[in-house]
Amino acid sequence: MSTTAVPDVAVTPVGAGFWSRTRKVGLVLLALGLLATVLFGALATGEQARFTLSEDAAGAALKVDGTVGAIVFGLITLAAGGTMFTGLPRQWFIPVLAVGLVAFVLSFLCWQVSAAPAGQNFMPLVNIVRGTFLLALPLIFGSLAGVLCERSGVVNVAIEGQLLMGAFSGALFGSISGSVWVGLVAAAVGGSLISLLLAVFSIRYLVDQVVMGIVLNLLAVGITGFLYERLMQTDAARYNSAPRFSNWEIPLLSDIPVLGPALFRGNIFLYLALLLVLVIHIALFRTRWGLRTRSVGEHPTAADTLGVRVLGLRYRNVIMAGAVAGIGGASYTLALFSFTKNMIGGKGFIALAALIFGRWSPSGALLAALFFGFADQLATYLGAINSVIPGQFLAMLPYLATILAVAGLVGRVRAPAADGKPYIKG
Amino acid sequence: MSEPNARQGSPDKEPASEEQANRSAIDNTERAESASVPGGAGPRPTLGRLFLENLWAANTFTVTLLSLVLAMVVGAILMIISDPEVLATYSYVTARPSDAITASWTLVSEAYANLFKGSVFDPAATTVNTALSPISETLTYTAPLVFTGLSVALAFRGGLFNIGAQGQATMGVVLAALAGFLLPLPPVLHLLVAVLAGALGGAIWGFIPGILKARTGAHEVINTIMLNYVAVYFLTWLIVQNGVQDPVRTDAISRSVDASAQLPRLFGDGLRAHAGIIVAVLATWAVAWLLNRSTLGFELRAVGANPDAARTAGISVTRTYVLIMVFAGALAGLGGSQMVLGTTAAALTPLVVAQIGFDGILVALLGRVKPWGVALAALLFGALQAGGNRMQSYSGISLELVTVLQALIVIFIAAPALVKAIFQLRAARTARLQTSLAKGW
Repeated sequence: MSTTAVPDVAVTPVGAGFWSRTRKVGLVLLALGLLATVLFGALATGEQARFTLSEDAAGAALKVDGTVGAIVFGLITLAAGGTMFTGLPRQWFIPVLAVGLVAFVLSFLCWQVSAAPAGQNFMPLVNIVRGTFLLALPLIFGSLAGVLCERSGVVNVAIEGQLLMGAFSGALFGSISGSVWVGLVAAAVGGSLISLLLAVFSIRYLVDQVVMGIVLNLLAVGITGFLYERLMQTDAARYNSAPRFSNWEIPLLSDIPVLGPALFRGNIFLYLALLLVLVIHIALFRTRWGLRTRSVGEHPTAADTLGVRVLGLRYRNVIMAGAVAGIGGASYTLALFSFTKNMIGGKGFIALAALIFGRWSPSGALLAALFFGFADQLATYLGAINSVIPGQFLAMLPYLATILAVAGLVGRVRAPAADGKPYIKG
Repeated sequence: MSEPNARQGSPDKEPASEEQANRSAIDNTERAESASVPGGAGPRPTLGRLFLENLWAANTFTVTLLSLVLAMVVGAILMIISDPEVLATYSYVTARPSDAITASWTLVSEAYANLFKGSVFDPAATTVNTALSPISETLTYTAPLVFTGLSVALAFRGGLFNIGAQGQATMGVVLAALAGFLLPLPPVLHLLVAVLAGALGGAIWGFIPGILKARTGAHEVINTIMLNYVAVYFLTWLIVQNGVQDPVRTDAISRSVDASAQLPRLFGDGLRAHAGIIVAVLATWAVAWLLNRSTLGFELRAVGANPDAARTAGISVTRTYVLIMVFAGALAGLGGSQMVLGTTAAALTPLVVAQIGFDGILVALLGRVKPWGVALAALLFGALQAGGNRMQSYSGISLELVTVLQALIVIFIAAPALVKAIFQLRAARTARLQTSLAKGW
């Protein structure tokens, strides 16, 4: 990422001088904590903020007085910021940061829930968690596709196009065949087709990968939009009424409070996403394939010298990435909605953000995707309780967070060294 | 990311490729033009012979033309396979091939004829207005694309990839519209202020990734992508605010820009072409001058070619990066401002900027990142857009086909080796066709 960094500005190396990264982040946390304690505390009402463990107002709930909650959680953030500012060992950086941020969010929620219109002073946690995962699904698949591509040195800006093509071919072939499974396979193939183009043009013809990604996104929008108008709009019953996967309940796990109903009564895509994160994580860091992939992404020349087929591996990974993203697209059309023009609507770019925010690792991407999904779900919730916070600003959150991360303000973000550089043997 | 210094002079940068990149950026396409200039030893070939030789060589012009042809062929295939009636004739193609061929030909030729009639000239036109109408439509669609294309091209020449033209155009349209309906000003001044407000909006949105790139090394591709979406959400939030939203409407649409802030029409009230296209030509000239004749342009190209060498030569790379993005943003903002000050729309809606920012990337690549090339490419894209409208209403071919054609043209342009292989083109004498700089995150 810093391939073209500019050294004629004095950039303080991380950790040097008084204003180390920890100090800066600590200062930010202190400011957030102050904001939470004073502002949220003042705006919160004395109503009980109830976080119910169900889908509605009924049932067991965690209750806290709005003002007290907002102030207490704000103070926790302040404390975390203070600890960080005065200095702490490296290994404590992430945990303390996490505590600080979570407390900030909780303080915010205490304010919002207590200030909601009368009778609506509750937040149904099951809904929130389920919605978070649902909205994060395409992001998880998309960012995993990004991980596969970029870890082997090919920039994948075409995630949007892969998701869209997957959603489209899943809907089309699912409808024609009447089988969800055919739809699922078709979605994977559709996504890989876009990937194949990306692979051929960026690996064989050395086209700039970012350029290619952008153009492929437009191509996918064009082709799916064109065929949608020609086929699906004229004969929706035949071409755009794919069967849908039903929800599968996992016997014991679905009885866990909150997480059970939210996580273990989902459809195949939810389980597949979580499984894929695990599989790709293990494969990437524990297998021969993973080692080769990472070496090809970091230093292809060295990998080639040791006998790794650089281009072959890149082809394979890029096409696999397309299949993963294609399935992600199908998580819309084979489970939730029928296909509409440009239905992915920028989710592919949030997935790209999640990939970068998650530092090019599968587990990081999962966490980032869940965070972005939560922001999205929170926007819906706040809209429902007539909050003073406009939903659009919450929707900006993923993008702003990524800019901050890339600018090095929150943690370190570094892309694989050879990401985006075509490999020319010789 | 965090340690911008760390990767300077990284060992795995191959000197050969770097040298290539250096050459490619500055005289990227100048070389393509010199293809027709005879050089070297030996008897000087005649002009006619040179022309024939170059006609089938992989030079810029031939590759562009053949890319267009290839894209239209793929487009034709898409039309045929998506038409059930025509497709039905293919079920007995071995028995009576003439049916399939006639049906396909009728479908495709009618569609492309409408594409032409909608963008250049309709032979059936009887009045002056109907005869000028296709050109007027083409120019209307061309004007904003010139600006966004120039925005991307300018940044490209400075070694930055501005994917944020969409966001910059969005901020441009926002400020231009606000100035257009909030400020009570006399006619000419009002227009001027609104246009400048558009440029300012874009410039601010370009400044952010520029300064982040210069200060922290944050990659402009990532930041501009993210800022695109931030701008869109800002726009959708702003539209429904009091004082901005149209008081008589409940949906997301703003008040209309005052007549005093609208660009004058060129061919009378019946036709949509507006003065924006004149500003676009002036902007193209200005950017060409800036790039090729000014000190800043020299510094910009030097930084784009090789930041390390430029720094050694005493050029402030950070300052140049920031300036490039500010200029690129201002250009894109100007393009955005045309979407409300021109004849396309007069009020803000969530989709008011359409795709002009993303199309601008394609236009810049098609124009080989040279100002006048960009203007021509924008003209082609504008024509496709205008013709696509007629194709949609007359032949029932979805406007999306135009998007497909545009994307395909650029894909083929970007991979000249592919076009060369398909058509068995001769290697061009000196042409370099690599449009893009291979550059990582």
